[in-house]
This record gives sequence, C-alpha cells and structure tokens, in this order.
Amino acid sequence: MKSKATSYPYLLWMLVFTVIPLLMVIYYAFTDSTGAFSLHNFVNASDYSEVFLYSLYVALISTLICLVLAYPLAFSISRCTESKQRIIVMFLMVPMWMNFLLRIYAWVLILQNYGPLDTILSFFGLDLTLIGNTGAVVVGMVYEFLPFMILPIHAVMSKIDDSLIEAAQDLGCSGVYVFRKVIFPLSVPGIISGITMVFVPTASTFLVAQYLGGTQFMIGDVIERVFQSDHHTGSAIALVLMVVILGFLVFMNRFGDKEAVTG
Amino acid sequence: MKKVSQKIYFGVIMAFLYLPIIYLIAYSFNDGKTSVWKGFTLKWYEALFSDAQIMTSLYNTLIVAILASVISTILGTAAAIGIYNFKGGVRSAIQNVSNIPIINPEIVTGVSLMLLFTFAGVMMGFEMGFVTVLLAHIGFCTPYVILNVTPRIRQMDSSVYEAALDLGCSPIQAFFKVVLHELMPGILSGFLISFTYSLDDFVITYFTRGSKFQTLPIQIYTMTHQRINPKANALSALMFVIIIVLLIISNAVSARRERQEAR
Repeated sequence: MKSKATSYPYLLWMLVFTVIPLLMVIYYAFTDSTGAFSLHNFVNASDYSEVFLYSLYVALISTLICLVLAYPLAFSISRCTESKQRIIVMFLMVPMWMNFLLRIYAWVLILQNYGPLDTILSFFGLDLTLIGNTGAVVVGMVYEFLPFMILPIHAVMSKIDDSLIEAAQDLGCSGVYVFRKVIFPLSVPGIISGITMVFVPTASTFLVAQYLGGTQFMIGDVIERVFQSDHHTGSAIALVLMVVILGFLVFMNRFGDKEAVTG
Repeated sequence: MKKVSQKIYFGVIMAFLYLPIIYLIAYSFNDGKTSVWKGFTLKWYEALFSDAQIMTSLYNTLIVAILASVISTILGTAAAIGIYNFKGGVRSAIQNVSNIPIINPEIVTGVSLMLLFTFAGVMMGFEMGFVTVLLAHIGFCTPYVILNVTPRIRQMDSSVYEAALDLGCSPIQAFFKVVLHELMPGILSGFLISFTYSLDDFVITYFTRGSKFQTLPIQIYTMTHQRINPKANALSALMFVIIIVLLIISNAVSARRERQEAR
C-alpha cells in the first residue's frame, strides 16, 4: 500500500500513449516533409482562421443557449424532493447515452426538406430552409450538449441549503434579492463547469456541421480533412485548437477561483 | 401559478430531448424511406439483423469495450494506489498528465494517436486495426478509473490495512481482503464509465482504426453519413430500449442498496 511501484506500468503507458503522441503533434506542426524546422504549416493553417472563428462563434452561441435553457430548469429540479430529483436526472441522462451520431441523424430527419417540421411550417405558409445552415448546427449542438449544462448546475444547486434561502427571506430579502445574493453566487461553480463541458466539445466537434450545416465546416471537420493528405498542416491546426482550448480552461478556472473568493 | 409555469417549462425541455428520439423510433416501423408514412413494417429490423457487417461491428465493439474496460480498471486501480504514494508536487504533476486525455479535445487525442500508430506502424511493420483501437480505448478510459478510485483511497483508513497485517495477513492477502473491498465502489464506477465510453466512442476510434476494422459507432457513421437509412432508425430503437432497461435496473439496485444501508 505504501509502494509507488504499482503506478509504474501506467506511468510508462502515459509516456507512450499521451506524452509522445502530443510531442509528435508539436514536432509535425513545426517541421516540413523533409523534417526541417518550418513555420510554413501555420501559414497554411491560417487559411482556416475563418473556420476557426466560425467554430468558436457556434460554440459560444450554443453554450449561451444551453445556459439560458438549463439554468431555470436546474433550479426548479433542485427544489423537488430527493427521490423525484433522482428520477428526473435519470431521464435527463437517457438521451446522453444514445450514440451522438444517431441523435444528430434524428435532427437531419426532422429538419430535412419535406420533413415533418418543414411540412408543418409550410402549412402555415412559412417557406424556410431548415437544414444546411448555422441555425441547424446550433440546434444540433444544443440538443447534443444541453444535459451537460443542466447536470452540473443542478448538482451544485441541489446542495444549497434551504435554510440559507429561508434565512435570507427572514432577513427581509425579496425574491429577486435572494436570487442575486444567495442562489446565484452559490451556483457559479456549476455554471462554470457547465460552460466548460458544453463549450469545449462544441468548439472541437466534428461531423455535426457535416450532417446539419451544409457546406460550412467547423474546425474539427477541417482537421479531419487536412489530416488525410497533410499531417504537418493538420498538426499545426490541431496544436492551435489545443492551445486555445487549454487557454479557455485556464481562464475559466481562474474566473471560478476568483468568484469563489469574492462571491 | 409559478408551479404551473415551471411544469410547462419542464415539459417543453423534456419534449425537446425526447421527441427527436421518438420520431426516430417511430419511423423505424415505416414501410418507406421518406418521411411519408406508408404503413407498418418490421423489415428494417430484419435487414438490420441480417446485415453481416453490422453484426461484426457489434461483436467488435463489445470485444473492445470488455477488454478495454477490464484492462483499464486493473491498470488504473494499480496506478491510483501508486500515484497516491507520491509526494505533493510530483503527484499533482502526474495527475495533470493523466488527465490530458480527458481535458484535450477528443479530435486532438485522436490525431495524435494516429500520428504515433502510423509512425510505429511504418517502423515495426503493422497496420492500424483492432490492437490500435484497443490501445487507444485503454488510453482514454484509464484516467476515468483513476479519477474514480483516488477519492476512495483518500477516504480509506490506512490503519485497517495495518490491522490486517498485524492479524497475520501477508501484504497481498491484506490487499485483496481489505483494500480492494474498501475501494470497490470506486473501481466499479470506473469500470462502468470505461465500458460505456468505449462502447460509444466514435472520434478516437475513427482515427485509430485503420481502413478495415469496424465498430458499431463507425458503422452508424457509414450508415447515416449524407443519406437516410431506416436501418439506423431500427438500431436507435433497439439501443434506446436497452438503455432504458439498464437504467431502470441500475436505479432499482441503487435504491435497494440505499434502503438496506438506511436500515
């Protein structure tokens, strides 16, 4: 029990299957096909900066929509009895267990031309193209990741002691004030992990845009495409994505710590 | 009034989460390929079960998931115990590296492993396939086992282990009789998380499978990419039923355990 040796197989494993692959990404990103140092891959990668920004934009919008939808829901769930909460959480998790491609495929069927939604809308005289645009991609993302926002917020809210809320009310706080001074500050850690859990996969996902977005790809799709022919440029894009995501995580962590101190 | 609006909102979110799945399932019984209802049929289910490729992929998926979850549970439990015996700074450094596959965008993990396996494949003369997928799955599952086991080690009273030694157990006996028992809930949830993640993984498998090895998520991609395929609907229906049954069982089991503990 006091020995470090049991971890040695895994330490070796990490070296081979985590550290070395990442070093290889860095190596490929900074070399050309002859193995010489080169920054040319990043010049190539900059061709995709628009796609990159578009991905961050989709991730931002999807995260915000998830937050707005999830927050009130998580709050009202957290005020139910414990056994009811457990059942609700279970039902929130069921769709998460379905394969993600099948869930996106469901939206392809729903949004397609002459599909159910299109038929209903054209019955009311609305002739809209529902698929093949940013809106469809955002709907797919929100559908995919909404539970990832609800569950962490619910987790912290269910731990808020009712007596804290009652104390605030006894001390003369109005409903809005109780929310601003008690509930919201205490729920910030849940919001932060929810934002992280939605933003990161949304920004880096691939295929959702191919299924729902028509010709506008996201950065994950680009990485996959580019990797088929050019490992060097592909690595450069992957490296940039990784750095941006890690930066985002560090920022969210800092923000969370600061909130925990001042809030 | 407030209660009613909360209930309506809850209903709307649940409808949003479930209607697409229900629509998907309903159209698995449709005798026709479009969104027009042409009568009830079970032919897509027949087609699904008689599709040798799908059955092979299902078999592959299960084999990979079983092996990956068993191996990562053993590797991860041993690692968690060993890592716990490192001192502060070293320990958190190891934990940070261990968490890289969880934090990193999946696509980056996928392409980094692809670089490693292609390079090693050229060096040692092998092609990506079953083994590389298995290695990749163990790689992203083990960190979750460690995350689940470590808190259990922290909670464990080390004097229990010492007492077993004093009472004449060899260290190995003490480990299997006492320590393993204490860590079991963490080990079990680590195993289950590994199993489900491996079962459902698409992105990392996609980059490490080579050209021939198929798993079920890969097969779903082939079935649904840029076309409508009612066999995918039938598959969704079956998966949905299995998920519901498993969740109900696991909920019943944990409810019973809680009742027993309360007694």
